[in-house]
Amino acid sequence: MESSVSSEQVQQKVHQESEHTHDVQGTSLFGFIVFLLSESVIFLSFFAGYIALKTTTPDWLPPGVEGLETHDPLINTIVLVSSSFVIYFAEEALKKNKLTLFRLLWLLTSAMGIYFLVGQAIEWRGLPFGFTSGAFGGTFYLLTGFHGLHVLTGILLQFLMLARSFFPGNYTKGHTGVTEVSLFWHFVDVIWIILFCLIYVWQ
Amino acid sequence: MTNIPVEGIGIPGEKPKFQPPPGWKRYFSFSTDHKVIGIQYLVTSFTFFLIGGFLAMIIRAELITPESDLIDRTLYNSMFTMHGTIMIFLWIFPSLVGLSNYLVPLMIGARDMAFPRLNAAAFWLIPVVGILLMASFFLPDGTAQAGWWVYPPVSLQNPGGHLISGQAVWILAVAISGISSIMGAVNFVATIVKMRAPGMTFFRMPVFVWTVLSAQLIQLTALPALTAGAVMLLFDLTVGTSFFNSAKGGNPVLFQHFFWFYSHPAVYVMALPAFGIFSEVIPVYARKPLFGYKVVAVSSLLIAGVSLLVWVHHMFTSGTPGWMRMIFMLSSMCVGVPTGIKIFAWTATLWKGKIRLQTPMLFALGAVLMFLFAGITGIMLASVPIDIHVNNTYFVVGHFHYVVYGTVTMGLFAGIYHWFPKMTGRMYYEGLGVLHFWLAFIGTNLNFLPMHPLGLQGMLRRVSSYDPEYAFWNVLASLGAFLLGISTLPFILNLLGAWVQGEKAPDNPWRAIGLEWLVSSPPPIENFAEIPIVVSEPYGYGKDEPLVENAAAVRGE
Ligand code: HEM
Ligand SMILES: [Cu+2]
Repeated sequence: MESSVSSEQVQQKVHQESEHTHDVQGTSLFGFIVFLLSESVIFLSFFAGYIALKTTTPDWLPPGVEGLETHDPLINTIVLVSSSFVIYFAEEALKKNKLTLFRLLWLLTSAMGIYFLVGQAIEWRGLPFGFTSGAFGGTFYLLTGFHGLHVLTGILLQFLMLARSFFPGNYTKGHTGVTEVSLFWHFVDVIWIILFCLIYVWQ
Repeated sequence: MTNIPVEGIGIPGEKPKFQPPPGWKRYFSFSTDHKVIGIQYLVTSFTFFLIGGFLAMIIRAELITPESDLIDRTLYNSMFTMHGTIMIFLWIFPSLVGLSNYLVPLMIGARDMAFPRLNAAAFWLIPVVGILLMASFFLPDGTAQAGWWVYPPVSLQNPGGHLISGQAVWILAVAISGISSIMGAVNFVATIVKMRAPGMTFFRMPVFVWTVLSAQLIQLTALPALTAGAVMLLFDLTVGTSFFNSAKGGNPVLFQHFFWFYSHPAVYVMALPAFGIFSEVIPVYARKPLFGYKVVAVSSLLIAGVSLLVWVHHMFTSGTPGWMRMIFMLSSMCVGVPTGIKIFAWTATLWKGKIRLQTPMLFALGAVLMFLFAGITGIMLASVPIDIHVNNTYFVVGHFHYVVYGTVTMGLFAGIYHWFPKMTGRMYYEGLGVLHFWLAFIGTNLNFLPMHPLGLQGMLRRVSSYDPEYAFWNVLASLGAFLLGISTLPFILNLLGAWVQGEKAPDNPWRAIGLEWLVSSPPPIENFAEIPIVVSEPYGYGKDEPLVENAAAVRGE
């Protein structure tokens, strides 16, 4: 058969070639950034929806609701934003191969994320309106809930990376997973800042 | 010498990825080979094309008489809603993704997609979507009935009061198909940007790859908006929030923005790869380089960009203020420019070419012709005064079927015939192919041309009965539809017959230029024995320059 190839030949070639023509980690990171691009469109859509509803709905706030308390959410914001710096230093530590420092800072990030989530849960419990209280209630819980889901995902991914750091084999070829998780964390942070301005500052 | 197992189970000694099992079983397995996945997509979506087509036959049988006598009003609503939904979400999108899946890695000289497992997972969501939608026929209140655009307040009606309504299932299914598409889009963009063979610069990529890239960029930047809208709609429908429910202070027009911000560009997600197919097919059968290759390539990105800015032309009659109508009328007409460039380039490619009218070329030319017509009615619809007159009439239905059937579906057929020998290693039967073309071409025009006068005379869409004065054109349209239904028979016969016992296909039956034609038919697992080193532009017909430096090694010789 003229169009056929011997399998030994292919096998050899595959292993010579695939290394340098396909930069697996670069592709993975790139794909992840592309994914974040589409995530940001979802958030942008929700933001656009929030603005549209807020500016066109006659009775924006449900009856009996004055507005939102901003003190606790502000503290929450500060904690979440600071965690972005912590995760940055964790990543730096890993690059310098200081594995213990990396694990400590990495755990600290997760702890700050958990603090944020718990704070938000407490806030939710105290609110005098629910998901079905008009357009305001709906968008409020939708936005904060969808963001909260991302924080939770981020924390779970952080635990995954932490567990992986105990299997050094995975850490020899760069740390794409860690870079991606911290990118995700920064992303979730930026989204929160916009969300905070939109919901809490612009009342 | 042991042969590379084309029908086999992969390369001995490779650590087992998800290599396909031998023979036909591979198409029923969780394989990560982009070629297997491509064919899985194509076969699955074609099955749904038949189901969607069957529903269209019922619709047109109902409309052959002015009275509503075949099916009742509710069932009619189900029919057009499911027909539209199946055709868009289970035929056009997945079949184009399937073809792209098969071709893109081959065309850019990669061994597979960037994320093979993600690729397989994205495919397996499609049957889930299909099963969900089909299952909704058996719900107590039947399927969704609000049309494929699911406008509230109609889509928020739930007369039976069941939590699991056809409409809720519909939204869930479409959301899942959206997730599948996003996974696919990430994969395509990463593959095309990151996995091109050495020497394959952007301006050496075949136009098909450019169009896939542009289409997938649209998926990434616009589809999430629909997902967001769908999530909100689902909450409105099931737990009683009031995002779009005007009775509770919501804003139904907001939903239309979410919907069309995606669904207008979605038209180009369908059309762009079809344009890519024309750009591949026409030069081969005219034996000339594609005229203005670089401009054609870049115009795909332009189309994608502009398409994101025109969605309000679907909402001219939704209380949109005059200044906004003006802006969106103008921006819509701008899409005509890059599209016109493409049509011009195809025509110029034909000019003084040695044209061979084989089946793929017939389909490509027929599709371009019908796209020309669809483009003209499209520009008409983009102008506010005309749209106010024909909005929600059969004129619109006629226009978009020239796009989705005349252009995209016919374009897909062109592509399937053109690459069939590559995919299966067999030649299709030319006679049956030509028969398929003429039945489809006449059927499409007979079916959808009469819809234009009907719309201009004021016949509304989504009605199961109409004034007898519209009967003449409706009978013609129904006859055309049945002809279209019949036209799929030679297609099925052709492909099944050829696949089983067609003549063996050579590696490059059309003497075409392109990396996919360098390797055997069908290509071996991992595509290339050695990664090609690309040294020239595609479409060098008549120029006699080599495409790659290491052709023999790529083939494994
Ligand atoms: C045999 C071929 C086909 C026939 C005879 C046909 C016929 C029809 C008719 C008569 C309607 C209007 C229903 C109404 O408004 O009352 C319709 C709607 C529609 N068709 Fe087709 N069609 C065909 C193929 C396709 C294809 C290939 C696609 C897309 C890929 C498609 C997509 C749609 C969509 C999106 C709608 C709108 C449904 C709605 O109003 O909710 N159709 N079709
Ligand atoms: Cu449009």
